[in-house]
Amino acid sequence: MSDRIIDKAAAELAADIREGRLTSVEVTTAFLDRIDAVDGTVGAFLHVDREGALAAAREADAAVAAGESVSPLAGVPIAVKDVVVTKGLPTTAASKILEGWIPPYDATIVERVKAARMPILGKTNLDEFAMGSSTEFSAYGRTANPWDTGRIPGGSGGGSAAAVAAKMAPLAIGTDTGGSIRQPSAVTGTFGAKPTYGSNSRYGVIAFSSSLDTPGPVSRNALDAALLHEVISGHDPRDSTAVDAPVPPVAEAARLGATGDLSGVTLGVVTELTAGSDAAEPGVVEAYRAGIDQLVKLGAQIREVSCPSFVHALAAYYLIAPAEASSNLARYDGVRYGLRAGDDGERGLEEVMSLTREVGFGPEVKRRILLGTYALSAGYIDRFYGQAQKVRTLVKRDFEAAFEQVDALVSPTTPFTAFKFGEHSEDLYRMYLADLYTVPANLYGGPGVSVPVGLAEGLPVGFQVMGPVMGDDIAYRVAAALESTQEPLLADTAPEIEGK
Amino acid sequence: MSTISREEVAHLARLARLEVTDEELDAFAGQLDAVLESMKALGEVDTEGVQPSSHAVPLVNVFREDRPQPSLPREAVLDGGPDTAEGRFRVPRILDEEV
Amino acid sequence: MTRLNTYDAAMAAYEPVLGIETHIELDTNTKMFCGCSTVFGAEPNTQVCPVCLALPGALPVANKAAVEATIKIGLALNCSIAEWTRFARKNYFYPDMPKNFQTSQHEEPLCEDGFVDVVVDGESHRIEIERVHLEEDTGKTLHVGGAAGRIHGATESLVDYNRAGIPLVEIVTRPVPGTGALAPEVARAYAAELRDIVRSLGVSDVRMEQGSMRCDVNVSLNRPGEEWGTRTETKNVNSLRSVERSVRYEIRRQSALLDAGDKILQETRHFHEATGETSPGRSKEEATDYRYFPEPDLAVMEPSRAWVEELRATLPEPPRKRRERLQAAWALGDKEMQSVVNADAVELIEATIAAGSSASGAVKWWLGELSRRANESGVELDALDIAPSQVAELQGMVDDGRLNDKLARQVIDGVLSGEGGPAEVAAARGLEVVSDTGALEAAVDEAIAANPDAADKIRGGKHAAAGALIGAVMKSTKGQADAGTVRRIILDKLS
Repeated sequence: MSDRIIDKAAAELAADIREGRLTSVEVTTAFLDRIDAVDGTVGAFLHVDREGALAAAREADAAVAAGESVSPLAGVPIAVKDVVVTKGLPTTAASKILEGWIPPYDATIVERVKAARMPILGKTNLDEFAMGSSTEFSAYGRTANPWDTGRIPGGSGGGSAAAVAAKMAPLAIGTDTGGSIRQPSAVTGTFGAKPTYGSNSRYGVIAFSSSLDTPGPVSRNALDAALLHEVISGHDPRDSTAVDAPVPPVAEAARLGATGDLSGVTLGVVTELTAGSDAAEPGVVEAYRAGIDQLVKLGAQIREVSCPSFVHALAAYYLIAPAEASSNLARYDGVRYGLRAGDDGERGLEEVMSLTREVGFGPEVKRRILLGTYALSAGYIDRFYGQAQKVRTLVKRDFEAAFEQVDALVSPTTPFTAFKFGEHSEDLYRMYLADLYTVPANLYGGPGVSVPVGLAEGLPVGFQVMGPVMGDDIAYRVAAALESTQEPLLADTAPEIEGK
Repeated sequence: MSTISREEVAHLARLARLEVTDEELDAFAGQLDAVLESMKALGEVDTEGVQPSSHAVPLVNVFREDRPQPSLPREAVLDGGPDTAEGRFRVPRILDEEV
Repeated sequence: MTRLNTYDAAMAAYEPVLGIETHIELDTNTKMFCGCSTVFGAEPNTQVCPVCLALPGALPVANKAAVEATIKIGLALNCSIAEWTRFARKNYFYPDMPKNFQTSQHEEPLCEDGFVDVVVDGESHRIEIERVHLEEDTGKTLHVGGAAGRIHGATESLVDYNRAGIPLVEIVTRPVPGTGALAPEVARAYAAELRDIVRSLGVSDVRMEQGSMRCDVNVSLNRPGEEWGTRTETKNVNSLRSVERSVRYEIRRQSALLDAGDKILQETRHFHEATGETSPGRSKEEATDYRYFPEPDLAVMEPSRAWVEELRATLPEPPRKRRERLQAAWALGDKEMQSVVNADAVELIEATIAAGSSASGAVKWWLGELSRRANESGVELDALDIAPSQVAELQGMVDDGRLNDKLARQVIDGVLSGEGGPAEVAAARGLEVVSDTGALEAAVDEAIAANPDAADKIRGGKHAAAGALIGAVMKSTKGQADAGTVRRIILDKLS
């Protein structure tokens, strides 16, 4: 094993800091230096806060030195997706419309990260307003996949996933509306978890689709993600949709899973998501099946379950999410903050607002606003938005019925490995298929994690484990168990970026 | 036959306050049509008697007590504004709008 | 020039149908969905936070007190309270609405199917309530560069979001046919009754002039036996008097149009206090598409029956019952009580009595002199610059013989022009009744000497002739004598 700081996992770094082998300043500096060295190639960060991160690191060191009881991740630096509001740090949602906006408040999960004494390295790139599967829709340039810089890092949270994959951060925060944590993790060989909806506060998470958005951890492995999950999770009275229940013991579950024993655990393979369907690439299917074989070896029972409505989940998702987004994004009008365009003293307000939004939003955001406006408009709402919500109920029923038979459901995370830049820009629906396996969990609200399951033609493949609502622990346990059978993708073998 | 026309997209753009260009209109109309086309099967799902889900994890009666919390400092409020005057947000004149 | 029929001509040919939507700002401590204060009159944009400013990422949490207040209003209006209800987003762009959607209620209001009975000219009218729902208020826009703050001709506007997010209850009536020529009075009586009911609940100060209660008044006309006509909606009518006047004006205007064979445009109109006229707002070319959908950021509400009953138990005596009780206590006839109600003086009189006045004194001042003053200035009675406690003080001075009615009216002048309370004004203006009998006797002697004929008549037993002498004494004492005392002295001296 290398003894470079940046090669270490978060839990290890935390222990080193706690036990005095390293300081947070040393660790934070190492990652900041790594960012300086490689982010010119990767483009994961929109904003790096060296000064702020080091100040927080010094405080963390002081707290450790003073013998304060600190969180299990104290002193470990973190990257935050730029759709999460950070007080005093630019927050753009990768949109021109928020260029230069400095938030006057912190998201609840950012408050918790700060309270855990985790220095914030900076803000990571994403598809504008988290709408996309490739991070190509960022208004501030693209992010490369550290495994192959000619390929996309997934999306929308490509920046967070690429930052972790390129060892510019041991941990990152992402948000997942239809797969925006899991799919980037899958294609960058990182671990990503979408927690149960409502178990992580959305307060300060810039809304894309309110009923689907879920912030969660991105990391190098299951335990690191679980530790971060426990830092940011928990009820928040500022979020009316926050579940007021104890956080599932995910770190414990990750440790249990790492022992490699899954006896007594029944896993469901969803017929409708079974690889071999037309969407998935052969390499993905192969890696996924190898993963299933490993799980069986660890003692898991496999059962095939049918979730017939899942085949309609993607369509339902692509109506519900844009519908909510069309309303959530109405506030960007150039009146109270952000960009204003075309205010020449002659034009009236309506025109200035429309020009501001025209100039401030990129094409994918506009498409989704238009699609959502359509889905909600008089004469269509029942046929589109209403029908999608009913199908959502059917998807939930399928999940509930499945969890009566099995402890968790498994599938590939995404049908294809990292594709090349521009490969799907002409065929939107093909791009939307990236979310095929991830959107059901968002519609349902339950947890879904993506764990690396080897390579296909040199590119990482993700394996998804979905649990029942508030059953995040079982998902972590199964994922950690699978992880224990895999060669660590990032530990010593380095992605392309290492050679540069 | 297309699901959505160029004129409809123009109407949606007005509703959504997007001053889209003619080229965009052409492009969006085609793209939205293709997306809607690919969703056709959704309309055929039998949802008779199925209640719609507006939330992922439904909660009821989530309330806040009526206790004041500090507001933002006024500088923090106005600093973010593109144009302010007299402690307020300045906007261009309002034309053809309902008062 | 707008053609108008006379009201009588209009009513001879048409029947009106009314409909009133009322917005009431609740006086909760905090806003509907955030903890910002709601105190009126703060510096602009000092009562805002990420939530009510719609900063990216902010989320709403519903104010329980506002929900309770709305349920109480529903109960007081005889509504049924929903067992399952939720908020919805009403999507449209306007700069005083930070999110560019209003969090409101759509298909599932908190309260439905109620009624209010109002009495006009001794006749009871039942106004059916369709729904009572909870939503949030908008900010305030100041229009700069045009005439008198009007939007028309303004070069720019300035927005203050202090009011944005204050809880707003909307109360919608069903169409009200059958009021005939009394429509304007019924509209006013309904608004007054609604205001009294809400005020009695203590959930809003319902001050129309401050905008905490605003009425949108719908009026249509049809010929007897025909279908209801096209309605207009006069927005933001800001006093009871204006409610009445706007209905009257619309009836006169619409009937003239109909007589001429013209169509009524379905449009919103604005009422102008100064002229009593309405003018058209923008007539909608394309119907607004609000794209309502259930608010995903808020949980649904299921008010338990136990909670509803708990709230019901807190309801005060309904204003109507209370008026009946007060009428008996104040010993007023039906007509007199009706005048009190019409003058909107129930609370004022009650407060005056509570401050120590006799019932008859309180009624006399508020219905008489003070009503006259309010009329002259074109304001509501409670907008006069005199407090019930001051009226009680005034009446106390009359009861003590320190003031007579004439002096009391001068004291009112002083109070209304801000010179202080009654005692202060009386002292400052030297308006005390002359109670020094020595001075009065001298004045009487003077009057007897100056009016020998009258004095003779009194001596001859014609006591009615004392009036002339009393008048002379009052004149010489500049009205500051107590007429009763003067009369007694005269009769003593001449009998």
